[in-house]
Amino acid sequence: MTDLIRLTDVEKNYTRGKEKISIFDKLTMRIEQGDFVAIMGPSGSGKTTLLNLLGGTDKADKGAIEFDGKRIDNLNEGQLTAWRAANVGFIFQFYNLMPILTAAQNVELPLLLTKLAPKKRRENVATALKIVGLEDRAKHRPREMSGGQQQRVAIARAIVSDPKLLLCDEPTGDLDRTTADEILGTLQVLNRDLGKTIIMVTHDAQAAKFAKRTLHLDKGRFEQAELAA
Amino acid sequence: MNDRALMWKNLWRKPVRTILLVVSITIAFAILCVMLSFNDAISNVRTLPTRMITLSKINFTEPLPMAHYDRIARMEGVAVATHMNWFGGYFQEMPRGFLPVFAVDPETYFQVYAEDLQIPAEQRDAFFNDPTAMLVAAPVAEKFGWRVGQRIPIKSNIFTNSTSGDSTWEFMLAGTIPTPQGSSQTGSVLIHYDYFNETRTFGRDRIGWVPFLTTSAELNDRVSNAIDQRFANSADETSTNDEATFNKSFTAQLGNIALVITLVVGSAFIAILLIVGTTMALAVRERTKEVGVMKTLGFSSGRVLRMVLGESMLLAFLGAGFGALLALGLLAMAAGAGGGGPPVSLAPSALLWSALIALGLGLLTGLAPALQAYRMRIIDALGRR
Ligand SMILES: Nc1ncnc2c1ncn2[C@@H]1O[C@H](COP(=O)(O)OP(=O)(O)OP(=O)(O)O)[C@@H](O)[C@H]1O
Ligand SMILES: [Mg+2]
Repeated sequence: MTDLIRLTDVEKNYTRGKEKISIFDKLTMRIEQGDFVAIMGPSGSGKTTLLNLLGGTDKADKGAIEFDGKRIDNLNEGQLTAWRAANVGFIFQFYNLMPILTAAQNVELPLLLTKLAPKKRRENVATALKIVGLEDRAKHRPREMSGGQQQRVAIARAIVSDPKLLLCDEPTGDLDRTTADEILGTLQVLNRDLGKTIIMVTHDAQAAKFAKRTLHLDKGRFEQAELAA
Repeated sequence: MNDRALMWKNLWRKPVRTILLVVSITIAFAILCVMLSFNDAISNVRTLPTRMITLSKINFTEPLPMAHYDRIARMEGVAVATHMNWFGGYFQEMPRGFLPVFAVDPETYFQVYAEDLQIPAEQRDAFFNDPTAMLVAAPVAEKFGWRVGQRIPIKSNIFTNSTSGDSTWEFMLAGTIPTPQGSSQTGSVLIHYDYFNETRTFGRDRIGWVPFLTTSAELNDRVSNAIDQRFANSADETSTNDEATFNKSFTAQLGNIALVITLVVGSAFIAILLIVGTTMALAVRERTKEVGVMKTLGFSSGRVLRMVLGESMLLAFLGAGFGALLALGLLAMAAGAGGGGPPVSLAPSALLWSALIALGLGLLTGLAPALQAYRMRIIDALGRR
């Protein structure tokens, strides 16, 4: 299998006032195409920061980040934005849907960045909603839907432009067990049947079981044994 | 869906707030349009360099003795003189029926205002030959639905008719005067002075003012001095000016009002600028997280900037558009109500100014929040939680 993501000696620091906080120091990891990785770790260990680096919404201070064999750490903001639109889908803990848009319009949002014809767009939106089992909620607004349904819309939005990589930051953190399991099942299907590579941050060991493997992050480092795998 | 649809939806996120904003912007633009249209109508009246006007030194409502006219007409440098008298006319009811009716000496009046009185000869003769005839600016006849040959009862709020004992006179509509942009006859109603003078119960043999033509514009100063000196120290002193100066002094009085209105409209716009500006800033701050999400999804900073700016532009132009429509309605209503002057139409310059000001308003109110959205970093926008 080929590596979709390769991090080499990545360094990330934050400055708070005059103080410099090191989040990652020489972080190295690789994730294969088609993998489903759960990342666990205590609060403040750098999980969200890692997702931000992988998704190009934040910049590393040093080191190389490769995606599909190409470096993304040296892209400028505009290039990163375009790269993100084409290659990464994001799923957040609190869904982050646009309240003024219907489910279908929320899912359509990433397609505004493509040159697809309106008809093709509608088809893709319908397909994405079908995959998450919400075809009958297309006209509903977020506030008219349950948390689980909103997260499904968010998943549909993340996959509608057919990206290779899905980044999920505690996607079930706000949901009850049953709903969480349904969402995780959907992610599993996306991974297994559609070949999406998924990286999911979670605090929930139950949730992590849906992934193919789990990495434990602590103080900016993965447990060595896991990385070797 | 596209970016524009998204802007539109964003604009109506809080409908009440948006409606209030649109209403206040609309009102400001309506006032602006009405004011500019009036200004346009007033400053657009054509003048003749040789045309002068003599009126009472006290003010233009003070009548002059008829003898003044005879003397002025015979003065050196005066080609032809006529005289006009304010009738205080209206049709049926005030203020809707308000009419600027002037009692004139037809033949000399047609000489002094020849360029604006190009009407068919038979209509002119019909006017000249019937003492009870009147001529009316075409839009006035149209407004009241009068037809040539009809007898129209016109009331005066100043004079009483000695034959009927009340304030009504009947005039035969002899013809209509076309009044293109800038015509001195805009809105005018002309009746015979002689007939009016004989049938009125008071104020006989006095006239309002004396318009005349000089033989050459170079003589204007000399003629005006001669006239005013001739009547100096008499019971009825005069003030003589060329038409342009007269109009200017007349509009100067209006000009002071215009200045006040400008200040009022100006401060209204500044208030709106602040209100819309802070509201837009607030609206975008409320959407911080959404901006972060859009950028995460792959919307570029430039595109986000354009969308915020577009939204404030939309708001400004929506208000300006409705304002122009409202102004159109107000002007039509004013024209329908009479209200003290010739009908005023929405000036193209008012539309141009509105568009320019809307552009400025949209830019000024949208720029700060748009830049804020442009600069917003994803990790900050999405927050720590
Ligand atoms: N913008 C920032 N400025 C300064 N420090 C930051 C910033 N973002 C994150 N940090 C710090 O970086 C560290 C890692 O943060 P991160 O959000 O990645 O943790 P996390 O593992 O996602 O935690 P949680 O489980 O609570 O979400 C924390 O100590 C945090 O305080
Ligand atoms: Mg986190």
